[in-house]
Amino acid sequence: MIKVEGLTKRYGRIVAVDDISFEVQKGQIVGFLGPNGAGKTTTMRVLTCFLPPTSGRARVAGFDVFEQPLEVKRRIGYLPESPPLYPEMEVTEYLSFVGRLKGIPKRDLKRRVEEVCDRCAIGEYRDKLISKLSRGYRQRVGLAQAIIHNPDVLILDEPTAGLDPKQIIETRELIKNLAGEHTIILSTHILSEVEQTCQHVIIINKGKLAAPPDSVENLTRRLRGAESVAVEIEPRDGVPDAASAQRRLEQVAGVSRVLPRDGRDGRLLFEVESLQGRQVRAELARAVVEAGWNLTELRPVALSLEKIFLELTASEQAGGAR
Amino acid sequence: MRNVFTLYRKELKSYFASWVGYAIIAFFAVVFGYFFYVATAIFVNQSFQSQMMGRGFPMDMHEWVIRPLMMNVSVIGLFVIPMITMRLFAEEKRSGTIELLLTSPVRDVEIVLGKWLAATTFYAGVLAVSALNLIFLFIYGNPDWKPILVAYLGLLLQGACLLAFGAFISSLTRNQIIAAGGTFAVCLLLWVFEWVTAYETSSWARVISYLSVLTHFEPFAKGVLDSKDVIYYLSTIFLGLFLTVRSLESLRWRA
Repeated sequence: MIKVEGLTKRYGRIVAVDDISFEVQKGQIVGFLGPNGAGKTTTMRVLTCFLPPTSGRARVAGFDVFEQPLEVKRRIGYLPESPPLYPEMEVTEYLSFVGRLKGIPKRDLKRRVEEVCDRCAIGEYRDKLISKLSRGYRQRVGLAQAIIHNPDVLILDEPTAGLDPKQIIETRELIKNLAGEHTIILSTHILSEVEQTCQHVIIINKGKLAAPPDSVENLTRRLRGAESVAVEIEPRDGVPDAASAQRRLEQVAGVSRVLPRDGRDGRLLFEVESLQGRQVRAELARAVVEAGWNLTELRPVALSLEKIFLELTASEQAGGAR
Repeated sequence: MRNVFTLYRKELKSYFASWVGYAIIAFFAVVFGYFFYVATAIFVNQSFQSQMMGRGFPMDMHEWVIRPLMMNVSVIGLFVIPMITMRLFAEEKRSGTIELLLTSPVRDVEIVLGKWLAATTFYAGVLAVSALNLIFLFIYGNPDWKPILVAYLGLLLQGACLLAFGAFISSLTRNQIIAAGGTFAVCLLLWVFEWVTAYETSSWARVISYLSVLTHFEPFAKGVLDSKDVIYYLSTIFLGLFLTVRSLESLRWRA
């Protein structure tokens, strides 16, 4: 649906996006992940024909963003970082304006406005002035605006920025519900958001791809390599001490490494890493219990995207230094 | 064409969404009313005197009331126009809604035309309010309506031309005050260009004077419709709109 090849965008001397290539299939939700200033917004602006690329090509639904911008724009719904709202308009008035602008035929306009109002749960605010709406509702109107012409591709720039936790969850649900019929690219610097809403992730840092585009699970699995488990033991009368507990855990089959961590209230906490493809939780539990110790906690430590991200961007920097 | 109308409607409506539109109309109505009163008062005074001196024919109302009034109005226009155009693009750029317009399947020309037509319509409305005063002339006198119509056509053309330049200047900045100031400066310049002929008669002075919007308005005020002046206005409107479209395009490159 979206194909980007060797995309580069310079602002004067500053290179905002440097030779990025990726592809997005129909119906996918793709997270565009990167720290602030990584070039996410710039890439999105190129895809929406707001900015022309300095070099490289970007195609949306088979149309080149530079050569056939009108065709591309017809197929794209875009929610910029700050929703492009006219505060002096009422919600329905605004949505009809955008609908007309996007080329919805007159006879369908009213129905579409009703539909997106329902979809984005802004029905009861339809006659309110946009300037009177709260931040969360403005964001929803922004989203409604982006989907009003039922575009093939939805591009959302930080759709949850500035919302409170409840609104964030609602917005994420909304985006998930939109998947399937739309191809969605959403940018964020919040990693858990990608984990929760996206199937695929494109990590970008300093204008470059930090990792080849991949599914979220693959990326996690590849980088994690093996399972990692936190084990917490409560000693009784100083038994066991940290050293012997660690030794005992290291003897469990399939364990590659045991790292002592800071436990609370005198408890001993270890992070146990297993060999590739080995499930060691059951063995660990048995080992601790058989030794007669109190096992207070045993939980898998998911290597979060946070870590993956730091690892990727850090290795990138190390690679550059070498 | 549909896109032009969509933008036109939105833009025209936005003039009345805040007090700005009403304030412009009120300002214009007051100033016009004042000039109208002064012009008619002088006219009444003069015709009394001329009757007492025993002149048999009545004074020309167009020459004494309409023409000076229209010349004044065309100057007031220079002050009103920056207020009308300052918002056009500067506000969209400031609030980020320009991103919506530029990522919608709309051509740049359509955006510019929609906005400019809305501004021109609003200006026409402002002028229409002033025409209410002239009703009194028709009630108490018997002026010829054709030259008045020509004068109003001239005001509209002059306004449309300055509005096109105003739109261009508004597209250069995201600050409404700068847009208004810049537009006012340009309007002023196009006005004072006319003055050079007062003390210079060489050919370059005539060229500069020819560039002035006021030079071309004078015939209209007299009630003379000259194709040369119409062409001047139409070509400057085209130039202003052309520059605006180019400026909007360049937004993408500069961003």
